[in-house]
Amino acid sequence: MTDPLLEARGVTKRFGHVQALRGAAFTAHPGEVVALIGDNGAGKSTLVKTLSGALRPDSGEILLDGRPVDFAGPVEAQRRGIETVYQDLALAHDLDAAANLFLGRELTRFPPLHLLDRGAMRRRAVEAFDELGIRLPDMSAPVRQLSGGQRQCVAVARAVAWASKVVFMDEPTAALGVVQRKQVLDLIRRVRDQGVTVVLISHNMPEVLAVADRVEVLRLGRRVARLTAADTSVEELVSAMTGGLDQEAA
Amino acid sequence: MSAPMTESYDTVEEHRRRGPALLRSNTLWTLAVLVVLFVFFAVLKPAEFATTFNIRNVLTESAILLVLAVGMTYVIVTAGIDLSVGSVLVFSGVVAAKTMVALGGTTAGWGGILLGALAGIGCGLGWGIVNGLLVAKARIPSLIATLGTLGVSLGLAQVITNGSDVNRIPSRLSNVIGFGLVAGVPWLVIIAGLIAVLFGLLLALSRFGRHTYAIGSNAEAARRVGIKVDRHLIKVYALSGLLSGVAGVLSLAHYSTTTIASHSSDNLGAIAAVVIGGASLFGGVGGIGGTVIGVLIPGVLRDGLIILGAQRFWLDVAVGAVLVVAVFFDQLRRRARERE
Repeated sequence: MTDPLLEARGVTKRFGHVQALRGAAFTAHPGEVVALIGDNGAGKSTLVKTLSGALRPDSGEILLDGRPVDFAGPVEAQRRGIETVYQDLALAHDLDAAANLFLGRELTRFPPLHLLDRGAMRRRAVEAFDELGIRLPDMSAPVRQLSGGQRQCVAVARAVAWASKVVFMDEPTAALGVVQRKQVLDLIRRVRDQGVTVVLISHNMPEVLAVADRVEVLRLGRRVARLTAADTSVEELVSAMTGGLDQEAA
Repeated sequence: MSAPMTESYDTVEEHRRRGPALLRSNTLWTLAVLVVLFVFFAVLKPAEFATTFNIRNVLTESAILLVLAVGMTYVIVTAGIDLSVGSVLVFSGVVAAKTMVALGGTTAGWGGILLGALAGIGCGLGWGIVNGLLVAKARIPSLIATLGTLGVSLGLAQVITNGSDVNRIPSRLSNVIGFGLVAGVPWLVIIAGLIAVLFGLLLALSRFGRHTYAIGSNAEAARRVGIKVDRHLIKVYALSGLLSGVAGVLSLAHYSTTTIASHSSDNLGAIAAVVIGGASLFGGVGGIGGTVIGVLIPGVLRDGLIILGAQRFWLDVAVGAVLVVAVFFDQLRRRARERE
């Protein structure tokens, strides 16, 4: 197997009297879809936040390309090629898709004034959407007017456009209907095919098995299993989540 | 999904959308209302209403409110509100007047006037920064923060003047800026117009403007992509304060006195103008073009009703009703669009 792209080793994190992570580990390889699953309170969100720069671990280390990193915040992680699609999408609903794609990274002209280069942003946004096979009914409509699935696509396209290494997706299909759900899963595969690693956080076991190459299971703040999606089953995943299977017991 | 297809797809879309998009634009509808109002009064009272003198009068009376409303547009687009504009206008006017009086009073030269104006505008900027810090750093809701500075700045203006207006304003200031014309256009209108164009372009075309919309749309999303939200909010409130300071100097020039007691509803006038102009109090939507129309609609309405001989008290009734009706129709249009 290839060398890990992004790795967490022995990460701990405590909030007040809640020990969210107890020596958690995580591994993502280049160009794969890896699902991170676990019951509520297993520490998935906390682990993802430490990996994407939103939280600093109390102890343990994060390695990117085999080298330890210490992100000061999500923006620094973004600079290193790690993007996150948040569950709430984090879109500016009154701005159009292109504006959202370039939010905070606008292309501008005339440096002292920083006038927006709308044409260039629009062109590159259309390219970015096309690469992922995303079709929007109206590029100039505020994101508010798009459907839930289309908004999800905009959020994913934005993350992919800027991520050179890893995209985290937190429950990307939770709020979607059946058709839109399929669209987003196809989108996840296309992102992987572009060579970007996708870390998928999901509660939906069949969906995880359908789209992921590997599955890592978290339980009570610790990794308890690493499975290959093709060789496992929903029963085995549930067993690992609930304590019936522990590959990494000390 | 090949590259050439992309191009044609985009341009065809552009062409198909441009027409309807224009029709659906809020600004166009509000402009239509303004035109209808204007034609209505012009037809009823052509000899009095549709004259250069009267139009100039309407524009002059609207100029100072427009300067306040431009700053208010930025604040409202960030989903905030600035109730302090009228009081900051008074405070700035008082400081400017005191400075000018100290530098020669009614006979002060342009140097003294300029220093006084800068002092007033500087005070406006200062109050704006205070508002910005209260909202962005102390996390006080803008409604409360600016309600606080409304009271404090007006109170301090009265402390400075002992409650009585400062009158010995340089005559050069009132003769030129206050009443002077350039090619038939009042200085007040030129200054307010330039401010509206400058900050309208900044809001529509610059990264600063884009971030203003983004913060009003979803501040948390803006923060996550690395936009410095706190710093941006401070700049926006500082701009509103700065323009209130400018308005204070213009008011001083126009009325030749500090008019301490006359600005208690300026904030509501500016908010009404911005909202009639199509901005949303929930943030993320609005523009200076709409705000200009939003200032002129109540202005034309007041002026027209006065010419028609309506009792003065009915003016506020009419303007209040227009505000509610404008926002109601705006909501209808928005809902219809979202259903599409």
